[in-house]
Amino acid sequence: MAVIAAAGKIEIGPRGAGAWRRLLSDPLGAFGLALVLLVVAIAIFADLLAQYSPTQLDIRNRFSGPNAAHWLGSDHLGRDTFSRVVYGGRIALWVSLIAVSLSLSIGLVLGMLAGYGPRWLDNTLMLVFDAVRSFPTIMFALAVVTILGPSLNTVIFIVVVTTIPVYGRIVRTQTLSLRTHEFILAERALGAGPFRVLLHHVLPNVIGPALILASMEIPVVITIEAGLSFLGVGVRPPTPSWGSILNDGYAFINDTPWLIIAGGAPVVITTLGFTFLGEALRDIFDPRLRRE
Amino acid sequence: MLFYVAQRLALAVLIVAVALAIMFGMIHIVPGDPVSIVLGPRATPELIAEFRQRMGMDKPLPVQFLLFFLNVLKGDLGRDVFSGYLVLDLVLQQLPHSAALAGLGLGWAVALGIPLGCFSAIKRNSWLDRVTGVLSVSAIAIPTFVVALYALLVFAVWLRWFPAIGAGHSGQIGEQLWYLVLPAFSIGLGWVGFLARLVRASMLETLSENHVRTARAFGLPERWITYRYALRIAILPTVTLLGIGFGRVISAAVFIEIVFARPGMGKLVYDSVVTQNYPVVLGAMFVATGIFVLFTLAADLVNAMLDPRVREKL
Repeated sequence: MAVIAAAGKIEIGPRGAGAWRRLLSDPLGAFGLALVLLVVAIAIFADLLAQYSPTQLDIRNRFSGPNAAHWLGSDHLGRDTFSRVVYGGRIALWVSLIAVSLSLSIGLVLGMLAGYGPRWLDNTLMLVFDAVRSFPTIMFALAVVTILGPSLNTVIFIVVVTTIPVYGRIVRTQTLSLRTHEFILAERALGAGPFRVLLHHVLPNVIGPALILASMEIPVVITIEAGLSFLGVGVRPPTPSWGSILNDGYAFINDTPWLIIAGGAPVVITTLGFTFLGEALRDIFDPRLRRE
Repeated sequence: MLFYVAQRLALAVLIVAVALAIMFGMIHIVPGDPVSIVLGPRATPELIAEFRQRMGMDKPLPVQFLLFFLNVLKGDLGRDVFSGYLVLDLVLQQLPHSAALAGLGLGWAVALGIPLGCFSAIKRNSWLDRVTGVLSVSAIAIPTFVVALYALLVFAVWLRWFPAIGAGHSGQIGEQLWYLVLPAFSIGLGWVGFLARLVRASMLETLSENHVRTARAFGLPERWITYRYALRIAILPTVTLLGIGFGRVISAAVFIEIVFARPGMGKLVYDSVVTQNYPVVLGAMFVATGIFVLFTLAADLVNAMLDPRVREKL
């Protein structure tokens, strides 16, 4: 039920304490939150948790299984897998944070322009969004890598370009429906320019759904980063990334199963955590998004 | 109806054209010279000039784009930088492998996902519904290539039930299908989840609609109502999803084809990236984009024909 408050903000769903209680009483949502907190904590305290440097070689102890010295075993260069997994979490979360905030910001601006601006701009932006969405993501990523070369920045660039349309579309739809709301018409009648209307009245109303969408896009970003690193065209070695651990594990699958197990588990845990959390948040704050 | 088809077709062509323009822009506007990327740092100025002329790069950019566009229309996607083969031929050689993988992967996803979604909707809030719900979300969330790697580790390396790599000998259908089991399982798993969720939601919506209520009022058996009246309508959104799905699966096939060392579009693109063979990368990407747009369009049209409510509006 949408209630138009005096400030021209459409209140959707519960806020504050009520939302927390609902999130924690939803078993999957609470589970997702726990997983996300776990992964974030591990990434933040990586320095304390890892007993070794993630790039420290120890050729004599290569391919050791899990033991007291190496909790998750060691890889083909004798590097400690647990330390690499822990530091890999930093890369994965860092890339997600940067990429999601960039594409969210650009998507917000473009979506509001498409929804509020002239018809031709709307049509052009929608056409470009559709074209970008019709690219096969991984092939597009590989094509960009051939041109820009493999690096962390290339990964971020790819994620940003391919996910802007996700935010842009939803923000546009919301802006279009807001356009004809009375409080916007009143504001315009009072002489507010398009910038004031967009910044003070449209933005506060479209940012909520866009943020929920962002939390659901994080698993996608983590998958792209890990996937590209797995293909050897993402994060450069020797920087630890879950994808590059999986790449090593694939290359040495007959020597040790532990690299694949240790590299895949954090990807699964993180994507599941963010997905469960994102779905719970969406159901609490904006069930209408479910249809999209 | 005809107007609708024409409109959708025009939009599809426009989207592909914009996609082409973005690809073209990517090579030419991005810093870095495609010629030096292809020829490497040790290329002499003469070599570069000769290559530019051969590839038509000595002409102004708009002319180049027009030529590029016209060539694509003629089906000429350029040539492999090293072997000189036509890119289109290379792509068409690999396409059947990827298509078989995508078809089989989506096939088992449909066979399992639709019944699961249907039962979940009928037995709403039962334990089956809850378990299916959690498993569906999980299957969607877990990346395809992680599923593939775990499947490879467990079923091919540990248990040795299935072959680990390759596609089997050409001509021996049975063997090739055997080699497809693990790849198709990995690529389809997420789609089982997608389909189950979609069919459940759409089934719940349909079951509360007027025509179903009317059927109930007439006293028709519940089973009859479910399958003859509700499922027929509820299944329509899956057509759209499958249209999108086929294009998406061709893209996800990159991972699967590399993990299981299978031939296919993805493997072709990956190998070309490693050797910086960018005409092949762009050509394959163009074909994959075209397939995506084409299948999405086809799905929309089929949907319009199947759904009496949509059909009558046209």
